[in-house]
Amino acid sequence: MTVYDLIVIGGGPAGLAAAVKAYDCGVKNILIIERDKTLGGILNQCIHNGFGLHRFKSELTGPEYAERFINMVKEQKIQIMTDTMVLSLTKQHDVYVMGPACGCRTFKAKAIILAMGCRERTRGAIAIPGQRPAGIFTAGTAQRYINIEGCQVGRRAVILGSGDIGLIMARRLTLEGAKVLACIELMPYSSGLNRNIVQCLNDFGIPLYLSHTVVDIQGDVRVEKVRVAKVDENRQPIIGTEFDLDCDTLLLSVGLIPENELTRNAGIEMDRRTNGAFVYENMETSAKGIFACGNAVHVHDLVDYVSEESERAGAAAAAYIAGGQKNETALRLQNGEYVTYTVPQYIRPGNAGKFVKIFFRANKSMEKAVVKVADGSNILAQFNREYIAPGEMQSIILTKQLLEKASGDTVTVTLEEVPD
Amino acid sequence: MYDIIIIGCGVIGAAAAREFSKYDLSVAVLEAQNDVAMGASKANSAIIHAGYDPKAGSAMAGLNILGNKLTAELCETLDVPFRRIGSLVLAFDNFELEIVKNLYAKGVSGNIEGIAVWDKATCLAEEPGLSKDVVGALYAPTAGIISPWEFTLALAESAVINGTQLYLNAEVSSIVKTGGVFIIKTKDGRQFEAVNIINAAGTHCDEIASLAGDDTVKLVPTKGEYYLLDKSEGARVKHIVFQCPTKLGKGTLIAPTVHGNLIVGPNAEKVTQKDDMSTTAEGLAFVMRAAQRAVPAVNFRDNIRNFAGVRANMESDEFIISESAVVKNFFHLAGIKSPGLSSAAAIALEAVELVRAAGTLMIPKNHFAEGRKVVRMKKLSEDEKNRLIKKDPRYGRVICRCETVTEGEIVESLHGVIPACSLDGVKRRTTAGMGRCQGGFCSGRIVSLISKELHIPAEDIVQDKCGSMILTGRTKTGGSI
Repeated sequence: MTVYDLIVIGGGPAGLAAAVKAYDCGVKNILIIERDKTLGGILNQCIHNGFGLHRFKSELTGPEYAERFINMVKEQKIQIMTDTMVLSLTKQHDVYVMGPACGCRTFKAKAIILAMGCRERTRGAIAIPGQRPAGIFTAGTAQRYINIEGCQVGRRAVILGSGDIGLIMARRLTLEGAKVLACIELMPYSSGLNRNIVQCLNDFGIPLYLSHTVVDIQGDVRVEKVRVAKVDENRQPIIGTEFDLDCDTLLLSVGLIPENELTRNAGIEMDRRTNGAFVYENMETSAKGIFACGNAVHVHDLVDYVSEESERAGAAAAAYIAGGQKNETALRLQNGEYVTYTVPQYIRPGNAGKFVKIFFRANKSMEKAVVKVADGSNILAQFNREYIAPGEMQSIILTKQLLEKASGDTVTVTLEEVPD
Repeated sequence: MYDIIIIGCGVIGAAAAREFSKYDLSVAVLEAQNDVAMGASKANSAIIHAGYDPKAGSAMAGLNILGNKLTAELCETLDVPFRRIGSLVLAFDNFELEIVKNLYAKGVSGNIEGIAVWDKATCLAEEPGLSKDVVGALYAPTAGIISPWEFTLALAESAVINGTQLYLNAEVSSIVKTGGVFIIKTKDGRQFEAVNIINAAGTHCDEIASLAGDDTVKLVPTKGEYYLLDKSEGARVKHIVFQCPTKLGKGTLIAPTVHGNLIVGPNAEKVTQKDDMSTTAEGLAFVMRAAQRAVPAVNFRDNIRNFAGVRANMESDEFIISESAVVKNFFHLAGIKSPGLSSAAAIALEAVELVRAAGTLMIPKNHFAEGRKVVRMKKLSEDEKNRLIKKDPRYGRVICRCETVTEGEIVESLHGVIPACSLDGVKRRTTAGMGRCQGGFCSGRIVSLISKELHIPAEDIVQDKCGSMILTGRTKTGGSI
């Protein structure tokens, strides 16, 4: 059985950054396993630019951003197995793969990094009633058809969901000659980046219907129309507000779900709030020596932060392989009011470097807010923030000293709105 | 000229075709759609009932009970997923308990193996997820779950292997009898001749009967809507869990599927449009409420798909399995509502007897190829997998990651005895696209494979029915397909 120092599962932006960092930290025997025929992950089909504004101070396209890391992987001669699927793994670090070239093989590794990315929420998950004609796609699937296969998915489209993928596809479809009739959003706010609302909807005159949803899909062999209705404060359709849109295509951009089949089947503990594994401050999961990063842990908005988080995982894996991990007690990070989740969910102050960066998401839009970090009633730190939106991941930095000052075993992160 | 033409290749037509293919006869099946199992056969509860529902001593009861036994054997022979997990009919009050006891009595009179009435304690011990309000249940260990479209396909493939001619896209538009011979014309201009016609046209059996001159078949098409939940809910119940039957039917059920999912449904709603298989907010809400009454913890947030099917219900309590009183040598296998799927294998035997009784010589063939075997990579051992991959590396390339289906299996489905010609056809044969991402990841790749293997432009590939093209053209710069 082949034993590696590190196996990285997934050759998208998360896996690539983690592998490169691990190499830089001294790990030499690294294998990246990627199920697609090339490295790059979802970035390969994201041909629009805007990637890398933070990381590279540039507006790169998805493939360009991926290329930066792929080049580093090639330079470092990190081993790659593409066109190969990981079927399962164990907490004892067995990795079962299958591929046309290698057949069924088992590998072992001193450390493993899970970077499987995420999948799209489907029509079934939100139970949209109606018929089941051709012409209904999740936005990412449509994106792949258009950008990779070179096929047009429809001529008159309605987009459900104003998340970034839906917005990007509204523009993409328009540029390919389709008519995009509307973008329908369930919430009273959009979950996409503001720049995408402007550059994908406003610039093309595509109306955005907030607090609306699709209540019916009609069409025998192909979509013929969708029925849209306004929703109330409980997000339930309001009878009498329905209107129809004649279209032949419905794109669903209704959420991303971290892909964690492998994680679950290995018995690694999962967080219902993120749909990803519970992770410590260094991205280690509940299984020793198994780390996770990127969209598999929680859905990111910016790939720059995916790379940053994944580098943390890569460095941690390197430290683990070198034997530098201590068994430390952990603080549990609890999401308080208006905070949906935090990543990491556990912090071992003794294992942390000088500071720990905590990502979190708000579930309410706020113009001005204060992030409060407290243990019990004792406020350890607070941070001012402006323009908080659920669609834009937030972060705070807690120093090691601060964490060591915390009494008890739980630290809560809360958002408080500051009135004007 | 065919000895027998069967109209309709749902589970009834397919089962009949296989049975007839055991005899020295020329048999053809005319199927209106572009694939088999396109009607109720792919949109039902996927249950092989034990047989206590129909009236004791009725033809339907007999067919159900025999069908249950024959189906288990057939699935073994034809490598069709089937599991006898047993069923429960729940009672929540004394009124329902009486109904359950009546079902038990019917089961006893039908000699249904192992049938029993459970008290509350037994119910909750054997099926811990049940609502604490349950007061008792009918337990029937012979009830099972099946893949109904794979069953239909397997029967049809077996028929074809044994000499049956299957004509797809052959919607019948006229039936004229002249000089003891039926002349059947299809919408696309083909013409067929037969001595005997078997009407197995599902929800269109009344129209087919009328075309032949028999206006006595009257359907009351009834739609049923379903939830199909993620495999994470697949162990929510161990048995098939029914509510008490009402006038409208067997009631909503919750059951594991042979694929590891959880199926919840159906309701029963009369429809005017037979081909209206839409789901509705009201129908789904009804199903959800009914399910939660029985098993409160079902997590509908893990739903992956909703669908609906239309049953060929009639006012009568029996199937119409007889020679037409109006047109000689025209045989009805009509009004096949529940327990149609369970009874299909037995109905097929009836069909043979009807044709024999009407005068056709039925000489058994010397050679009949009984079985069939399907490659399912995810079920194979590591050694078996490696052997296949060594022979053909495409069996090592996973295309559908949710269900672990490989390129080799998908390509095989495009070249099988009854080849897939649509994305959903591939799905029904391989399970690719049936998983939690519902084809989000693999459908593009499968379309690519279909295009390459069958030399069809991507824009011509259909989702399911004829005309349901997935793509509308090429982009301005083109791509890799």
